[in-house]
Amino acid sequence: MPLVLTEEQSMLRDSARGLISDKAPVSHLRSLRDSKDETGFSRELWKAFAEMGFSGLLVPENFGGSGLGCVEAGIVMEEIGRTLMPSPFLSTAVLAVSALLRGGSDAQKSAHLPKIADGSLLAALAIDEGAKHRPLQINLQAVRSGNGFKLNGAKALVVDGHTADLLIVAARTGGAAGERNGLTLFLVDPKAKGIAIERTVMVDAHNAARIEFSSVEVDADQVLGEVDQGGALLEGVLNIGRGAVASEMVGLSEEVFGRTVTYLKERKQFGKLIGEFQALQHRASQLYVDIEITRAAVLKALQTLDGDFEHAGAAVAVAKARAGATATLAVQEGVQMHGGMGMTDQFDIGFFMKRARVCQELFGDSNYHADQLARMKGY
Amino acid sequence: MSDLETFRRETRAWLEANCPPEMRRPMTSESDTYWGGRNAKFSSEPQRIWFERMRDKGWTVPDWPKEYGGGGLEPAEHKVLREEMAAMGARSPLSSFGIWMLGPALLKYGTEAQKKEHLPKIAAGLIRWCQGYSEPNAGSDLASLQTRAESDGDDYIINGQKIWTSYANYADWIFCLVRTDPTAKKHDGISFILFDMASKGVSTKPILLISGYSPFCETFFDNVRVPKSHVVGQVNRGWDVAKYLLQHERAMISGTGERGIGRPLGQVAADSVGSDDFGRLDDAVLRGQIAAFDIDEAAFAAVAERAVDLAKAGQSHPAFSSAMKYYGTELNKRRHEILMSAVGIDALEWESERSKGGARPRAWLRTKANSIEGGTSEVMLGIVAKRILDLPGA
Repeated sequence: MPLVLTEEQSMLRDSARGLISDKAPVSHLRSLRDSKDETGFSRELWKAFAEMGFSGLLVPENFGGSGLGCVEAGIVMEEIGRTLMPSPFLSTAVLAVSALLRGGSDAQKSAHLPKIADGSLLAALAIDEGAKHRPLQINLQAVRSGNGFKLNGAKALVVDGHTADLLIVAARTGGAAGERNGLTLFLVDPKAKGIAIERTVMVDAHNAARIEFSSVEVDADQVLGEVDQGGALLEGVLNIGRGAVASEMVGLSEEVFGRTVTYLKERKQFGKLIGEFQALQHRASQLYVDIEITRAAVLKALQTLDGDFEHAGAAVAVAKARAGATATLAVQEGVQMHGGMGMTDQFDIGFFMKRARVCQELFGDSNYHADQLARMKGY
Repeated sequence: MSDLETFRRETRAWLEANCPPEMRRPMTSESDTYWGGRNAKFSSEPQRIWFERMRDKGWTVPDWPKEYGGGGLEPAEHKVLREEMAAMGARSPLSSFGIWMLGPALLKYGTEAQKKEHLPKIAAGLIRWCQGYSEPNAGSDLASLQTRAESDGDDYIINGQKIWTSYANYADWIFCLVRTDPTAKKHDGISFILFDMASKGVSTKPILLISGYSPFCETFFDNVRVPKSHVVGQVNRGWDVAKYLLQHERAMISGTGERGIGRPLGQVAADSVGSDDFGRLDDAVLRGQIAAFDIDEAAFAAVAERAVDLAKAGQSHPAFSSAMKYYGTELNKRRHEILMSAVGIDALEWESERSKGGARPRAWLRTKANSIEGGTSEVMLGIVAKRILDLPGA
């Protein structure tokens, strides 16, 4: 398959860009932050996303969605990255839909997918527990009890966890921390007894939550996939999430870079446009090359996820590692080349730096994925 | 089954039946490369068989028109052929500056007579070409070249000196930049001309490099007589041809190295430094460096694939080959730095049986030229700044 967007995909990009740049420029995030908005995103915009078919983008048509793939999800994520729009798209439309689609029973899919597609249900995936993304280290305990399980433990960095109508919780039903066997995913009602949700506004003014589970009862029919066999399901869902976040970082990087190059052509010092200085020209060119290469790697990963899902691990690791490194470089160069202005809250560039830091950490940073790739390649 | 899938199936079957097993192994020495030319000799029988079979199919230049000795493949078919050859590790049957550089320029700028004269001989490996671009005082500032071509009836008389002429001592013909109008601005008085290296007044002198090899020469022209009909493109517009050719040269150099073939770095390192009980390299920092390299290498393979697809879709920027050249060559230098570190003491032997005459360190030193030849990394970044980013004063 050619590593370029098809005509339909380009049209999707244009319509996503139209909506997002019009309704949710960076000032949208800024005003949500400054007003300490309780939701942290615009429900009205999420409705518009549903009407455009974005919330159900990955949902099959028989469940009320558009039945599109990871490349298309990546296209929307990239546009989100350009304006840093806070949106449940990642948590609900990408992660939760993927988990339900890949692991859910017909009853579970019927119960949730149509509601996600029509925008009426928000969901969040609860994975991380420690300071770094280590899915095999999951230690939240799910112990058989009566007709189901009892959950005890705590989760952190649950993206959009404070507004979710449905939680998808990765827990340990067997084995020890570090083992792939013994992981199980559960569908959990966030209003269930024993759940305490603390909204944690993050450095990037996006939303996440810390969630504690004390003896939370979950019915056996709320298991997603097979008991003890959730490791592979989780890894698959995470790979889709990694591809999506990598796409967001491509959009973010390109936007920061575009703003920075514009600044190089406007700002004068020593009687010259600073873009005339070779020291800055070469760094700008290097960043351009870096972004183009990362864009190709990310598209490759998304196409592989759509075409050869079981073998997409290496391409995804490459994409997420590259995207994290590229975004980190882009925002650092962005701030540095904007000089003192780059340090001011009034300038948007800092918002991108903060978001890049969170995206780098989400679902494994560049080091994590370099290590994963080395393991896959056997060294 | 689509036409392309049929083509893939047939191509795979043909390659399986026709590529000798010896030609599916990674190259280990310079003699594994077949360059063609008047004095060419095959280093082995399988090399000859493989070359001749590919030549007869037009697959030394799969995407050139059939009338010029090519395979006439569509871009999508060419991609399939490359993928299938890579999948079985098949070597390129013919390496040639005629294929990589002159051919594309002739196809775009040559007269019909020039195409008919030269392209089939390139495709069939009959004539080996070299490139007369750089001069002692025209390196990164290539357009300041001083080799003169003075008009004398139907001929030019050429005088001057070129340098870094790759394999000039083995070449049959040269494509050369000469100054035909010394009064014009530097970019405007240059012509692109072809002539036989056996012409009276041409001499070459190999340059010994840090690798101990002499892949480059000094090339001297002393009253060399060349018919004016050998100019490609318009007289004094040779810079257009030169730049177009450089795009292809840079794309070619960006792919330099053992990309995708040869043993993965992680395995080479594991054999050398050993692994711990979990199968991880016994040098954690080296392991991280290799993983970072593998990530960038895979990403670069993706962008190389995308560059071809973008060109096919008419969406590519003509200066993008400069971006590719910059990154690809820096990556290849990195590969060899890592290899030297991974192989350690064994990579230091220069003259010994087990080191095959110091192949490893010589290859490492050779890569240092990658980011200089065909335009330095700094020149590439300058081109990106000017032509793609449109930065002021670049």
